[in-house]
Amino acid sequence: MQQVIAFAILRRLMKRQQVLVLYLADSALDSHVVAWSQWDGTGRREHMAGDAEQPPYSTGLAALRDGWRLIQMAPLQPHAPGAEFATAYLKYEFVFEQWIDIDV
Amino acid sequence: MSERTLLSSRQMATFVARGFLRLDAVVPDDINEQFLDEVGRPPQPGESVRALYAKLLSGSGIPTVAAGTPLADAYPPTSAVSRVLHLPVVRGAIESLVGPAPRFDHHFLHVTFPPEFYAARGLPNVSQHTHQDSTIDPRRAFDVQIMYYPHAVTPEMGGTRLVPGTHLRIVSEAAIGRYQNIRGQQHIVCPAGTLVFLHHGIWHGGGVNRSAALRYMFKIRINPTVRQQRLWDTSDLPNDHFEQRPIFLLKDAPDPNSVHTILTTPEPWFEADTGRLEYLNRIRLWRYLLGDERFDADYWLTRIENEPTASTAG
Repeated sequence: MQQVIAFAILRRLMKRQQVLVLYLADSALDSHVVAWSQWDGTGRREHMAGDAEQPPYSTGLAALRDGWRLIQMAPLQPHAPGAEFATAYLKYEFVFEQWIDIDV
Repeated sequence: MSERTLLSSRQMATFVARGFLRLDAVVPDDINEQFLDEVGRPPQPGESVRALYAKLLSGSGIPTVAAGTPLADAYPPTSAVSRVLHLPVVRGAIESLVGPAPRFDHHFLHVTFPPEFYAARGLPNVSQHTHQDSTIDPRRAFDVQIMYYPHAVTPEMGGTRLVPGTHLRIVSEAAIGRYQNIRGQQHIVCPAGTLVFLHHGIWHGGGVNRSAALRYMFKIRINPTVRQQRLWDTSDLPNDHFEQRPIFLLKDAPDPNSVHTILTTPEPWFEADTGRLEYLNRIRLWRYLLGDERFDADYWLTRIENEPTASTAG
């Protein structure tokens, strides 16, 4: 049993997380991407602001179908009285992850 | 008062809708050269970028100016910046946007260093996070930031990144730093002498410089001292400016030069529902600039302001 746990921990240590955040046009996962961000825990690639003109996927669903795991989506909030027309942060944020094997 | 060329209604409506106005190569080369001479010699790699920056700023001929100074008194009359501000096209844009006697808020020389400066210190060379300047600012009145590019900016130099149409979003400065890429973002790659006039709220960030040369951008923020109402050349406002036109079911493409069209043209990043709120907020800003609450574009405000009080009861 200890060997199994040790192996699982070792496997975990040999993986790194990649995070993909897609901002969609509405609350449906199959709506189109209007903005995006990526962070790569493997260190293989340095993503940064302004580094791409086209998103990695056209919709959130396309990311799912390519193996990304959805871990969070923005909740729908009622509009605060008096601030119904205020615009601020991008509204439909979907966070995805992948775990990538690395050589250690 | 020296000669000035006021903005047209189309230019003003574009500023209201998109939050910026770009004027390519409007500053003559001799002023650009004078500005670069006044800034001083570029530093060499080796010291930290922060130390080089401090050295560059302290050695430059650009004056320090107290916030709140009348813009007209901020720069020596023969300085390059003063000469830029006195160009008729610049005077006209400033007067159209913030009035004839704006206040100086602050200025800064933005320098983006080439990769070798970072490599010399073992640091990553990355772009600046997306942000909105200053802090949460819910005013209808707006400040203007003038970005001056004294030399040509090539694609390798990165350029300032800005996202058209984001200026009416009320956010808190670097809270938007997680947004790396937004559809429709623009990189200011431009000829020498280009000026960009920005609404204070526009989302932007410095692009990473992968060239061998330093990239300079000088920014001045100015505040209005008068109500921003009909300060531009309104002689081109059409007679039917207050009339509504058919919406949704159309048989011809709308006139792209119409103020109504400009105010209701979406940006590529607009969300389905909040894109409509952007229209409302643009129309409200146009009303503010007109000083007339009767204006509407494509019925967006009229519909939600309709609360009849007439009664059929006798």
